[in-house]
Amino acid sequence: MIPETSVVEVTLESDLKNVEVAEEITRRVAGTAGFDEDEQGRIEMAVHESMINAIWHGNKNDSSKSVWLQFTIHRDRLEIHIRDQGVGFDPKRIPDPLDHENLLNVSGRGIFLIRAFMDEFKVESLNGAGTEVTMVKRLSSGIQTKQGGTDREHESHNTTS
Amino acid sequence: MSMKATIRQVDSVTVVDVSGRITLGEGCTQLRELIRDQLSKGNKNLLLNLGDVTYIDSSGIGELVSAYTGVSKQGGALKLLNLTKKVHNLLQITKLYTVFDVHDDEAGAISSFAKSANA
Repeated sequence: MIPETSVVEVTLESDLKNVEVAEEITRRVAGTAGFDEDEQGRIEMAVHESMINAIWHGNKNDSSKSVWLQFTIHRDRLEIHIRDQGVGFDPKRIPDPLDHENLLNVSGRGIFLIRAFMDEFKVESLNGAGTEVTMVKRLSSGIQTKQGGTDREHESHNTTS
Repeated sequence: MSMKATIRQVDSVTVVDVSGRITLGEGCTQLRELIRDQLSKGNKNLLLNLGDVTYIDSSGIGELVSAYTGVSKQGGALKLLNLTKKVHNLLQITKLYTVFDVHDDEAGAISSFAKSANA
């Protein structure tokens, strides 16, 4: 029997070198969920940008802090939560990087790319408990998930490297 | 894999063959220092060959913009060569594809610098 959902949870030390770790996990999970290589790349990039925001802007590159990631594979979509220990931000206050006056800005494209690559994007500040980003990517109709195993797999890893 | 760059001179153009990742941190810093170094040597015609770039993020795109504006302010030109599909797509959706002068043929790219100078 195909399970309703599978969950993968990871807690990573707030260090830029762990961005690549998150990318690798994302690619595997997205592949398991049934996304093709191009879609895996887009989801990976959305996670990359979210990890950068969490580590660099949220946790201020403080390696004593951590970033928590949760991937939930549903039959029809992949849902990703990324939580840092920062004070949060309002995505509405980020200037539109496509406006002519902002086109040559050096920064400010990360959230734009996440929105471009994912179907849903939400930011929630958690009253002193950090900021949580939720992203959803829906599977196109006809794509079959490759998940298997128990009804609800729940993996948790802590890295201190 | 972090970013690597090799530099060669073709006529009046400095060609920078970039490979690896241009991302926040090491990759962006290396690219910034490389551009600064070339400008300090008076090399103002720069062609970035991005054919072997495996990954670029929003910070990397920002670094390319910074390089472009920095070189332009010095009276030079920075052009891009051999974009991968991923980089091409990123420049398209960020509307930067029309900002950069992009080439897929090195000889054509090199000669375009002379044409720009004569224009």
